[in-house]
Amino acid sequence: MKNEVLRFDNVTFCYDTERPEHTAVRDLSFSLYEGEFTCILGHNGSGKSTVAKLCNALLLPTSGTVTAYGLDTAVEANENEIRRNVGMVFQNPDNQLVATIVEDDVAFGPENLGLPREEIAARVDEALRLVGMTEFRKHEPHRLSGGQKQRVAIAGALAMQTRCLVLDEPTAMLDPQGRQEVMEALFKLKRELGITVVLVTHFMSEAVAADRVLVMNDGKLCMDGTPREVFAHSEELSAIGLAVPKPLEIARTLRQNGIPIDDVLTADELAQAFYNAFT
Amino acid sequence: MIRDISIGRYFPAKSFVHAMDARAKLLLTLAMIVVTFLCKNLYSLAALCAFTILVYLSSRLKPLLILKSLKPLLPLLILTVIMQVIFTKTGTPVLTVGKFSVYDDALIMSLFVCVRILVLIVVSSLLTYTTSPTRLTDAIERLLSPLKHLKIDVGTFAMMMTIALRFIPTLIDEIDRLTSAQKARGADFESGNLIQRVKSLFPIFIPLFVSAIQRASELADAMICRCYTGEGRTSYRVMKFGWRDAVALLAVAVFTGGVITLNVLFAPLL
Repeated sequence: MKNEVLRFDNVTFCYDTERPEHTAVRDLSFSLYEGEFTCILGHNGSGKSTVAKLCNALLLPTSGTVTAYGLDTAVEANENEIRRNVGMVFQNPDNQLVATIVEDDVAFGPENLGLPREEIAARVDEALRLVGMTEFRKHEPHRLSGGQKQRVAIAGALAMQTRCLVLDEPTAMLDPQGRQEVMEALFKLKRELGITVVLVTHFMSEAVAADRVLVMNDGKLCMDGTPREVFAHSEELSAIGLAVPKPLEIARTLRQNGIPIDDVLTADELAQAFYNAFT
Repeated sequence: MIRDISIGRYFPAKSFVHAMDARAKLLLTLAMIVVTFLCKNLYSLAALCAFTILVYLSSRLKPLLILKSLKPLLPLLILTVIMQVIFTKTGTPVLTVGKFSVYDDALIMSLFVCVRILVLIVVSSLLTYTTSPTRLTDAIERLLSPLKHLKIDVGTFAMMMTIALRFIPTLIDEIDRLTSAQKARGADFESGNLIQRVKSLFPIFIPLFVSAIQRASELADAMICRCYTGEGRTSYRVMKFGWRDAVALLAVAVFTGGVITLNVLFAPLL
């Protein structure tokens, strides 16, 4: 039996209750499980960022309930416990670092928890090691690249010993190299620490390696499954403004032109399939 | 343009002064400012100059650096001298041109005021040059911590300072970006009279304020996510008084004693 980390029950969220057209999330229900890497996909305005903020009580549902590690986010007494377990990383790396030195920023969370100094130091060392930023610990954040800043932000959440990491489009403002750095760091955390990752994104290529993909449109959940299952529905995806990953598109085009290639999701798989088709 | 300002900046290096405890540096800087006003005759003034130069050299910073930051003071110093020469009418005249005479008291006063201003700037620049903003904020927080008993929230105040320091470079980058963007659309910041120039800055500062408020709101979310409540925080950084601080304290004490002795031994000029 898989442990439930996050659970949405008939969640509706409206930014302005007097104007129902500002409803961002409608009657959403799903559960996310321990150790899974889940991608939430959707185009702009699909409500995916709102879902991220509902996960750790930054926003509270207008109706329905969100439960994190068995705790209702609407109960104020649960807030700190939930936020310690569900860490969050935002889109703009510049707007989430608090301190003027990398290691001080990572220490910010543990300091807020009122931990003794030795414990904070141990957590900072460990968190920086996990994201590969140890050598930058004395640097100033504004001199780092976007990918490095996001890794510092992830380290900040890890130093709280978070068990679940919710990332709201963490790579949207990064160059391709920064994007890769962040993705590698996330997969490493899932692999080595068994951290539950919830990645909100509009990059199809990031969803390919996930365990599970949720697709949102107009505040509703419209697809839920493994990447292979979800990307099999290319027509439905393009109807809601999402494209299938490039390697899959190429494979399908080739198949239409008579080359026997199965559906693939990554460039490596495509190369392998291509090789197999001709040998 | 904004990047050229060296007052208040931090220049990392390995030196005696850099390695001192920030609290000790802050307190000794305040002490030096007081001592500057204790000097009553030329001997103690000379001692003050010598001591200040010695302290500056022990920081291993380039002499050119401090000269650069003193340069903008030149008009102020010249103005001080002119004012003294015009308005001080005591002592013996040393130079007479027609009806106007320059008195020796005016020259002495000018010398004292100029030296005091220069020493004040050197000493306070030295504090920021050798202490990272983070350390300085920490020092202020710890030194003000007795105020907690008066229900003053020192921790929140220090957090505000840290955030301000953290966002200065970010906002400077933003100003650069906005300036380029407005220039690309034909904005002209360099010509016209004062009012036109001030007006031309509006298209930079309005977007700057809008984005600063957005940043603040996002930062607040990020801080909430990391359990910030402003209460019950502990501190990761340690501050320790070391042998250097003891040596510096002793040096300033001996120097202060010396200044007082010189004041007593020789007649005051002021």
